[in-house]
Amino acid sequence: MRKILPTACLLALCLTGIAEAQLEIVITEGIKRRPVAIVPFGFTGDSAPAPLDVAGVIAADLARSGRFAPTPERDMLQKPTVAADLDFSDWSILGVEAVVIGNVIQTGDNAYSVQFQLFDVFRRDQLVGFRFNDVSRGTMRRAAHRAADMIYEKLTGIKGVFDTKVAYVTAEPQGRGTLYSLIVADQDGENAYKIMESTDPIMSPAWSPDSRRLAYVSFEGNRSSIFVQTLRTGNRIQVSSRPGINGAPAFSPDGRKLVVTLGGVDGNLDIHVLDINSREIDRLTTHRAIDTEGSWSPDGRYIYFTSDRSGGPQIYRVPASGGTAERITFEGSYNARPRLSPDGKKLAMVHNDRGNYRIAVLDLERRDFLVLSTGRQDESPSFAPNSDTLIYATRAGQNGVLETVTADGLIRQRLTSGRADVREPVWSPFQLALD
Amino acid sequence: MTQAKLLFLLLAAALAAGCSSSRSIPDPEPTEPAYGSEGGSAATDGFDSDGFGSGEEVDYDPSGGELARIIYFDFDSAELRPEDTDTVARHALLLANDPRLRVRLEGHADERGSREYNIGLGERRAQTVRRMLLIQGASAGQISTVSFGEERPAAMGSDESAYAQNRRVEIKYTN
Repeated sequence: MRKILPTACLLALCLTGIAEAQLEIVITEGIKRRPVAIVPFGFTGDSAPAPLDVAGVIAADLARSGRFAPTPERDMLQKPTVAADLDFSDWSILGVEAVVIGNVIQTGDNAYSVQFQLFDVFRRDQLVGFRFNDVSRGTMRRAAHRAADMIYEKLTGIKGVFDTKVAYVTAEPQGRGTLYSLIVADQDGENAYKIMESTDPIMSPAWSPDSRRLAYVSFEGNRSSIFVQTLRTGNRIQVSSRPGINGAPAFSPDGRKLVVTLGGVDGNLDIHVLDINSREIDRLTTHRAIDTEGSWSPDGRYIYFTSDRSGGPQIYRVPASGGTAERITFEGSYNARPRLSPDGKKLAMVHNDRGNYRIAVLDLERRDFLVLSTGRQDESPSFAPNSDTLIYATRAGQNGVLETVTADGLIRQRLTSGRADVREPVWSPFQLALD
Repeated sequence: MTQAKLLFLLLAAALAAGCSSSRSIPDPEPTEPAYGSEGGSAATDGFDSDGFGSGEEVDYDPSGGELARIIYFDFDSAELRPEDTDTVARHALLLANDPRLRVRLEGHADERGSREYNIGLGERRAQTVRRMLLIQGASAGQISTVSFGEERPAAMGSDESAYAQNRRVEIKYTN
């Protein structure tokens, strides 16, 4: 904290607890779901039960993807924990395509190995098997998500994103004002943790490529500043606090730079590249229109941004090293907040669809334009690191809630959370390996 | 009333007024979330039990309540409405006549569309007012601008009457 606050304020800070906003997931739309069985894992250790229902976490992950229907435990004709006991005909009868069995084995005071095997029921064959060693009680949930990722990828050909995180902003009434919080949670809503709170607005969180830091905009002191905060330590550095607007940060693919919007005293918003260490600034646009919401292409060559230089907002791109801006979107009168898919093939944006603000995706190769969401006020699209799914904010009554949708628009889910107004979700990159 | 008591009341009033505060919080073990055991409970503060209600911010108004300090704008517009030009001109006169006065122009947008683009729209409105103040005699050093976009709505709700109240510039004297 940079300012010295009056004693009374410090007291108030001490009394503010750390409340978490848990997200509950409701599947709202989907496609035909493939039957799979995740058999409860065996446990060998000091005292039953196992510290975590690993099979339960895997089954919940697969169910939540919208692509699988895990067999309820009560319908299982057998519950093997070793391959020798697996009777494929028992699973054929149920119409199950694939079976997962596994074990949690305690190897130390707070050390376990978590092992699973995935079998194809029709081919009567193992598809994948893996053992996570030296898993602690604290990391077991991540191990379960990792297992679900491997199973999901084997069965669909799409990389799983169960072991990833989502950051988002909440706003809730506090006294006569509003308390804004920046939350980081597992992508299933578990382990929600508040990393920053303020009575002034917090905006525009952005992940670093190693998912260890978040950049965001804070209005503390009635001015906008950009901060970069390290999650593990809570340390944050103010990287931009110039006169006028400091906004819309997004990390470069190498994590060393931020693209930011600076407005200056004259309020001419332009795209700038800020070197985080040296604080050197490179101005990329000079147009007198609003140029904002910069976002790097995954190969680092271009910066996509919103500009209303043609009248209404549209998406443009400019070489990251500087050069001429090129218009990318021509569909309708309002396209803003560009975000590239991590594979570089798709561009997500907020699109005005006959008076409704909705999430749309433009296929950059085929030029297909697809409106993915159905709300009136949808915003802040963010791709999952597998480029297959997006998360965005929509409205349910007065509150903002989060939804995910696959990039083909076929599977949509709503994530609800208590009373807080939830906005600006950003999906993390792939997490580093368990360590 | 003793001085100590007065000081306490002032502090308590500042607290009740919802003083601005921000803090970052370390993630204790981001790679090792404690399964099933995380999250404290939010403590409620006990400061409201002292016999007075909550307060609100009181702005300094050198016009003594004579001049409107909120300027409203049309949809998708940063143009001053004709009926507001006189109000802005009289604020400019106040600033020109008293060089010690400082003013912060807070631009706002309605909630429709993208948040950061709305920051731009709010700033554009604040700059309209700033230019009018400068043209009419205020000096650049007296004026700062900030845009809150759609982040600090004056009216809740998703209808045109709420939107109309939210597309605004608030003129705040900061002395």
